[in-house]
Amino acid sequence: MNFIYDPVPWVINWLTQLLLSWGLSENFVTTLLYLVGAVLICLGAMLFTTMLIWAERKIGGRFQDRLGPNRVGPWGIFQSIADMLKIFTKEYINPVGIDKIPFNLAPILAVAAVLAVWAVIPFSQTVFGSNINVGILFIIAIGGLGEMAIILAGFGSNNKYALLGAFRAVAQLISYEVPMVIVLLIPVMFSGSMGLNDIVQAQTIPFIVYAPVACMIFFICSIAENGRAPFDLLEADSELVAGYNIEYSGLKFGMFFVADFLHAFTSAIVFTTIFLGGWQGPGVEQIPVLGGAYMLIKTLLVYFLMLAIRFTVPRFRIDQMMALNWKILTPLALVTVVMTALVDKAIPHEMTAIRIGALLVANLILWLLADRMITTFSKRNPVQVVTGKLRPLARPEILSVAEKETAQ
Amino acid sequence: MTGMQLIFLIAAAVVVSSAFMSVTSRRMIHAALWFVLALLGVAVIYALLEVSFFAVVQVLVYVGAIAILIIFATMLTRRALEDHGKQFNRATLMTLVIVSVIFAGLVFSLRSWPQIQSMTAPLSADQLDVGVLGLALTAPDGFALPFEVTSILLLAALIGSIYVAYERKEKKK
Repeated sequence: MNFIYDPVPWVINWLTQLLLSWGLSENFVTTLLYLVGAVLICLGAMLFTTMLIWAERKIGGRFQDRLGPNRVGPWGIFQSIADMLKIFTKEYINPVGIDKIPFNLAPILAVAAVLAVWAVIPFSQTVFGSNINVGILFIIAIGGLGEMAIILAGFGSNNKYALLGAFRAVAQLISYEVPMVIVLLIPVMFSGSMGLNDIVQAQTIPFIVYAPVACMIFFICSIAENGRAPFDLLEADSELVAGYNIEYSGLKFGMFFVADFLHAFTSAIVFTTIFLGGWQGPGVEQIPVLGGAYMLIKTLLVYFLMLAIRFTVPRFRIDQMMALNWKILTPLALVTVVMTALVDKAIPHEMTAIRIGALLVANLILWLLADRMITTFSKRNPVQVVTGKLRPLARPEILSVAEKETAQ
Repeated sequence: MTGMQLIFLIAAAVVVSSAFMSVTSRRMIHAALWFVLALLGVAVIYALLEVSFFAVVQVLVYVGAIAILIIFATMLTRRALEDHGKQFNRATLMTLVIVSVIFAGLVFSLRSWPQIQSMTAPLSADQLDVGVLGLALTAPDGFALPFEVTSILLLAALIGSIYVAYERKEKKK
């Protein structure tokens, strides 16, 4: 085992030998190393988030023809660190009538629910937290804890905007979980396992090639799970002030903020792991540390795509969002799963080229059919224009109409 | 006492006490949150038994879906989220007697079970495979019939709820 080719297991091995030579028991050493690993991953992820926030603001600025942060340090790179220090010094405000325990538990749970996902992600062939055999289910279940955090925040704040925001957020998250879970059956079918390590190992050809439609559904759903534009209804500023975290201040707000940014990056990691082949790439077998680099590059690409969507697409209305999920994504996901299972079973796995070709053709047909159906459906049911009642405006021609109405 | 036993005792204590709090708490939402804690404790016990599938499904289905549904239902349907009525009724004493008898009976019958003293053994690799569970659920000599019956029951519930919620369009005269 070479330090340069595979540093992390080398360090673990060295530490184990060192601690064992001090006469500590083997169980204790294993527990200790797991603990150290967990602390390091959490710390690394949280510190990485400051950079993510900077990058996101900078890239977002460029997308929207602004400069982004540009004052603290070169290219404003220390802006988030300055923000972090500022947020540390802020006061914790406890509004009247809050429910103490849920109110204070919510931000912790929000961050923990995101960090827990990192426990099962294989970062390279040899570097992973825990190789449990139900990794995919674990990721979804942990998402449920995130929803719990939002409900706790909304309910504990004693604020109707927070409660409304929490309702919206949870309704959105639960709805988009449905097609997401259905579509996740496809990688499980291809790899024959729910463990993330096995799924990555099975992807000598990434699953995005086998199942592009499923991949796209998963991508849309993971953007919706992040609650980012175009699905950012949970913090629609014009309607809800700020959503479920309105009553939070200081570090507690900061934790929601960190959870939000970290969640976006984490879902890019999960997408990379499940559909883009994780650490797979040329030369990984000889030099495992390359896997980490491949993983990082792929994740950053996916993350950049998510940012591009976030900063260019306008927000959905709530009925449009629900219609997209229940009328388009869920049926499409169900049909995709059945079709993929049939085609994949029909063609023996040794004929890789034919298998990929058949799956691609099937996906293409499905995609065209779905597109056709959506088009005819939207032609048959034209979108109703939703407007408020007519109000007097600072334009005379509209003002006169409004006055006529009030006179009647 | 091993570490496993310690974790089991803590988890069991959390489950029992939060179940108790869930029944006695006066605020409906608090009751629901205590219920969530009890479910999480059960998930920990599943994880201790090395059935990671059940542990994860417990969190996924109960905490991620059912508990959130309960919280939604209480928040949306009740105007006052706090109950002030009496927490006991006339049947309390009778119930207490019946429950104690059942509990004593359970403890007695479990004590007479010979395997009660044996320790949990670590599972072998082929037992840890989730595929075994899937095969058992679908194999004809396994649990295929109960599995299908449950599926039909759930489907019936689904259709029933759609029927109840469905709004018939009024005929325009």
